[in-house]
Amino acid sequence: MDSVVRAPAGPTAVGERFAEALRLDGNAAGGIMSEVFVADLTAARATCAGCGTTREVGALLVYAHSMGTVVRCPGCDGVVLRIARTPSRIWLDLTGARHVAIPAAAPPA
Amino acid sequence: MPATSETVSTARSEPTASPTATTAAPAASRARPIAWRLASVVDVVPETPRARTLRLDVPGWPGHRAGQHVDVRLTAEDGYQAQRSYSIGSAPEELAVALTVERLDDGEVSPYLTDELRPGDRLELRGPIGGHFVWDVALGGPLLLVAGGSGIVPLMAMLRHRAIVLAGANDGARHRVPARLLYSARRWDEVIYRDELARLHEGDPTLDVALTLTREPPPEWAGFRRRIDRMMLAEVAWPPAERPHAFVCGPTPLVESVAAALVDLGHDPAAVKTERFGPTGGAT
Repeated sequence: MDSVVRAPAGPTAVGERFAEALRLDGNAAGGIMSEVFVADLTAARATCAGCGTTREVGALLVYAHSMGTVVRCPGCDGVVLRIARTPSRIWLDLTGARHVAIPAAAPPA
Repeated sequence: MPATSETVSTARSEPTASPTATTAAPAASRARPIAWRLASVVDVVPETPRARTLRLDVPGWPGHRAGQHVDVRLTAEDGYQAQRSYSIGSAPEELAVALTVERLDDGEVSPYLTDELRPGDRLELRGPIGGHFVWDVALGGPLLLVAGGSGIVPLMAMLRHRAIVLAGANDGARHRVPARLLYSARRWDEVIYRDELARLHEGDPTLDVALTLTREPPPEWAGFRRRIDRMMLAEVAWPPAERPHAFVCGPTPLVESVAAALVDLGHDPAAVKTERFGPTGGAT
């Protein structure tokens, strides 16, 4: 069975393979994003500033660390979004996203 | 770790065990941030030796879509908090919100949810969360669902929703949204929702259910006996020309391997949606 991602080699290989097994996707960042954005961001379409590919945020790769959440492009591995929480703030780095298109809310029933 | 929570008086609602068909519209985008709520445990239902379904009454629940999840937060007496995500297993049409949790022996949160919670206990949760890994009948089919272990939970919400919506429908409507499930579990007694899946399958010729048991199949087992691979998917999945909506959920390695295989078989990557549960296949 082929691997999805080329297995890394070298001294950091073990750490990287461990990180790969722990990786999640944008769905897992939905909760913390809901603390900042009124709209659901997992269905938003984000354009990676690195490679220009547009995907729904739910389809991006998420690495959650104690220091915060890193959302990466599955195509070029570039960081699209970083979210970190401190006692006084939620810190966002959106520089890896060229733009984000958020679906408009459905009209009230 | 006990959840310490103030008792909050909530509006009474009458949860019911049986799904109720409604004509409710799909939940619209919310107009305000998702708040943490105090849910009450109505019932804890054993599914398998390690899995329990928590049926919850959530005050102010806005409704959900099949595929969405909630975040659950436990607070210990010393203030330490642990938070995990759990997929919603109930259909949007059901009155109680149901989470199915599989216990991880060294988990921090799951053993409390599966072994300690009792009806009447309260649980802090927020949701529903997610707009990407969601499906409703209105989106059409064919529907291809691939589950590993507890990854079956959000896919079951989709199948339950589909069954409720199509309950009174004619054959034409059913054939417009045919569904196939491929579900990988280690053993026969670890197949979550096993009997219900059999009932759904028997009652609906437009639903196919295939199981693969990867560790100890029963001696008379005539189904698949290995991890999901490209060949199995080629056999079970629709051809790419049918343009199925594919949803893959479970442990990260399984999800990534299945998604890659589907793309390799020719399916549009944008039509293959994934929800990774991490290395162990379920929240700890």
